[in-house]
Amino acid sequence: MTTGIVRGIIANLVHVEVNGPVAQNEICFIDLDGVKLKAEVIKVQGNIAYTQVFESTRGLKPGSPVEFTQRMLEVKLGPGMLSKIYDGLQDDLHEMEGLFLNRGEYTDPLDDNSTWDFTPIVKEGDSVIAGDWLGEVPENWIAHKIMVPFTMDDKYKVKSIAAKGTYKLIDTIATLEDSDGGLHEVSMVQYWPVKLPIRAYKEKPRPFKMMETGVRTIDTLNPIAEGGTGFTPGPFGTGKTVLQHSISQNAEADMIIFAACGERANEVVELFVEFPKLDDPRTGRKLMERTIIICNTSNMPVAAREASVYTAMTIAEYYRSMGLKVLLLADSTSRWAQALREMSNRMEELPGPDAYPMDLPAIISNFYSRNGYVYLNNGTPGSVTFIGAVSPAGGNLKEPVTEATKKTARCFYALSQDRADSKRYPAVDPIESYSKYLEYDEVREYLNKNISPTWVSDVYEAKDLLLRGKEAGDQINILGDDGVPLVYHQRLWKSELLDRIILQQDGFDKVDKSTPMKRQCYMLELVLKVCRYDYEFESFEEVQPYFTTMINAMRQMNYLEFQTDRFKEYETRLNEIVEERRAK
Amino acid sequence: MTSTAFQKVYTKLTQITKATCTVKATGVGFEELATVSGRLAQVVKIIDDSVTLQIFSGTEGIGTDAEVIFFGRPPTLKVSDDLSGRFFNAYGDPIDGGPAVQGKEVEIGGPSVNPVRREEPSELIATGIAGIDLNNTLVTGQKIPFFADPDQPYNQVMATVALRTHADKIILGGMGLSNDDFLYYKHTFENAGMIDKIISFINTTDDPPVERLLVPDMALTAAEYFAIEKNEKVLVLLTDLTLYCDALSIVSNRMDQIPSKDSMPGSLYSDLAKIYEKAVQFPAGGSITIVAVTTISGGDITHAIPDNTGYITEGNLYLRRDTDIGKVVIDPARSLSRLKTKVMGKKTREDHPKVMEASVRLNADATRARTKMENGFELTDYDERALAFAKDYANDILAIDVNVGTDEMLDITWELLQKYFTVEEVAIQDDLIQKYWKKA
Repeated sequence: MTTGIVRGIIANLVHVEVNGPVAQNEICFIDLDGVKLKAEVIKVQGNIAYTQVFESTRGLKPGSPVEFTQRMLEVKLGPGMLSKIYDGLQDDLHEMEGLFLNRGEYTDPLDDNSTWDFTPIVKEGDSVIAGDWLGEVPENWIAHKIMVPFTMDDKYKVKSIAAKGTYKLIDTIATLEDSDGGLHEVSMVQYWPVKLPIRAYKEKPRPFKMMETGVRTIDTLNPIAEGGTGFTPGPFGTGKTVLQHSISQNAEADMIIFAACGERANEVVELFVEFPKLDDPRTGRKLMERTIIICNTSNMPVAAREASVYTAMTIAEYYRSMGLKVLLLADSTSRWAQALREMSNRMEELPGPDAYPMDLPAIISNFYSRNGYVYLNNGTPGSVTFIGAVSPAGGNLKEPVTEATKKTARCFYALSQDRADSKRYPAVDPIESYSKYLEYDEVREYLNKNISPTWVSDVYEAKDLLLRGKEAGDQINILGDDGVPLVYHQRLWKSELLDRIILQQDGFDKVDKSTPMKRQCYMLELVLKVCRYDYEFESFEEVQPYFTTMINAMRQMNYLEFQTDRFKEYETRLNEIVEERRAK
Repeated sequence: MTSTAFQKVYTKLTQITKATCTVKATGVGFEELATVSGRLAQVVKIIDDSVTLQIFSGTEGIGTDAEVIFFGRPPTLKVSDDLSGRFFNAYGDPIDGGPAVQGKEVEIGGPSVNPVRREEPSELIATGIAGIDLNNTLVTGQKIPFFADPDQPYNQVMATVALRTHADKIILGGMGLSNDDFLYYKHTFENAGMIDKIISFINTTDDPPVERLLVPDMALTAAEYFAIEKNEKVLVLLTDLTLYCDALSIVSNRMDQIPSKDSMPGSLYSDLAKIYEKAVQFPAGGSITIVAVTTISGGDITHAIPDNTGYITEGNLYLRRDTDIGKVVIDPARSLSRLKTKVMGKKTREDHPKVMEASVRLNADATRARTKMENGFELTDYDERALAFAKDYANDILAIDVNVGTDEMLDITWELLQKYFTVEEVAIQDDLIQKYWKKA
């Protein structure tokens, strides 16, 4: 085993002189007066390995001994991860002692002695390859598949498989024979290096299904596909995190992995205080039962921040391999990019734009490409959908992280300062934002088949309405209220109606915070119906009050349970208002 | 800081810059303290036997034969109840003529709280300032800065907040504070008869800028002592963090680091997060709340300092001089307290969130009307009413000299809404209208 000694310390970059072979991304432990600090090799030059330490290096002295592990940064995969709160290195935060995070304290992500009710899926003599399901155990409510470890790259024959019964996590549940006759014992646990994608699936088609998030401005206007990618850039205070939390609560996914990457600790606390109490709107179970939180807040060591998004992605891929619909949310990928920048700077690399490393776009697109809709070896579909928040410096969407992400993510939800300032939440800009999936024939077909036969054309009609409203608004601002034809005022207020009723959503109201697709369809059709009419006005001063009464009636509908008597009352009221001025 | 037995003394400096020096030495730990010719310094880089030290008070007059003595420990603060009512410099030494404080010696800038050991902040901090309590309610364990132009009275507002809140301890961390402002704080606290709850760590403009880097950690170490050991509600006031960041950029520049946006070090986000994330609500009842000041230039919040701060803190407050009423107000359109939803309507009256939303929205309509007016367009009746509302709203609610309870603020706002608008324009849910809209 290679060992080394510390030669230099610049914050969390430590130079280690080594006496043997080391690998890029190899994990080592630096001994600081008996405390072992985990570190990762990020560059090797001669006999000096440059390592990034996942902990504070305060007090570290040159000459301290270092041990290398011959392994890359790995996650431990197996039943028991659901509902857990891990740090970026997959330490179980609940298992840690004391109020503070003490450096060098690493906890086991899974309890080796936990017991699980195993049911075999394969039988002796079956042929299997990496990722094939050997059996399953119930974990919370999901049937957690025990798979042939992804690292086993041969073809195997099942030599023996455990009978139905209760086993410990680390008990052998199967013995597999490789093509050379070698035997391999398999337990419920396996390890995988986080920086490498898990590729144990048969094919990865283009996404074709829509994933409901419950957020109208996304679902109706710019839907994200299951297995798709999206990102939400926005200046601070525009509601990135609120939007991510809202999606995590209401999205139609089997499970949610939330990577809180370099953000506020109180926001994570909100997740794990509220999720155990909140119900999953679709299954009625507690939200925490379908959630794993990877939490590396802004004050936790910066190198572990980079690791945290990879840890989250690897766990997502693992659950996808069980045929589950996984939604991965990362808040925020900019912090991860900044962590890369800090290290690149300490290594005195030549900087790219804004001092970010030159290969930042490549790193980002590599990461985004790990998501996707897949058919597993047995034909079962599974998916990882990824929505990342981006925090552009100065709110400038031309900065490197946003630009690099824009090249790779297919949905763009731009959060706008103007909308946030006028409290139009969620502040997703309806004009700037787009979903490339709306252009996919398979997605359009899916939408028309599953929502309504005219859905895609309705959505484009809504988009046109917004655009024309904006143009009319601009003209009114330039020429004045009476300087434009009366119809401009109508156009402006029709788009305002659509904005207030469909796009704006009260994330803190128990009814309005999540809208099922059926209701979204109903409301959009209602809004479009109202907007298709022409109305008669004597002067522009009548337009605003008239539309305000319509908006008010429809807002009340948004706050009420769908199709209840009171809901219908307001709809009747709306129809009466419409009839008052409708051009016959 | 005199030399004691068994300490190695080094006298061979190989490099001196404006803020750092490098010495050949062995057995030195990272972030360890030292003195260079009697001046306090801290290890910031070690490559083999070359140890780079950042000298807090600057390197003027340091010779290549200067005596370097290492302490074998990072910076510390002695904490005990005796800190109360005292004034210290950035090193934690008394500057009020009193005796040195005895107590437990703890490292400053210690580890982070395990997120799962935190409690969700849920206790309201009433300031009596309606622009804050009504529109941007503060919560214990929150961190929030004022983004203020240098000419705005942010120190007065901070002092007002300190005086009106019912915190158990108030810790003032002054960085680059002018001596006048320092004396202002001192006199205000003394006159209010609350000097015993106040602890101050002060770096004034007379002191070397790099010393400031110690101030937040000193203040927050003291805060942790009272919040954890004594379960007290601690309010930490930090002013001005822009000057702190300037000191950071000086040091990183002297260490030949590649600057990122606006000449700030690439690690600015992490550096600031380390300070602000010390704000916490503990399960045992103690809490640390941070109210800071970040001065901005010409209202530009895209500069790296306010920008990074905004991403870290739980909201931000803006001051604005309202020329219609000739008073300083808390700007409702731009200010935001992210934690307000945790208490609004839960710890306050049920109508609070909706009343806040409606009034802010109608106030924004007034802003649009004002733009129209300035561009010479005719105003509609609605525009006129919105403008009249905005003026009363600024005077009765937003102005920082308004000091009333939250229920009263709500009643005033309802009155204003009713005076200028119709039920439809206000657009609040019917059940609240039924209850609070006075029948004619």
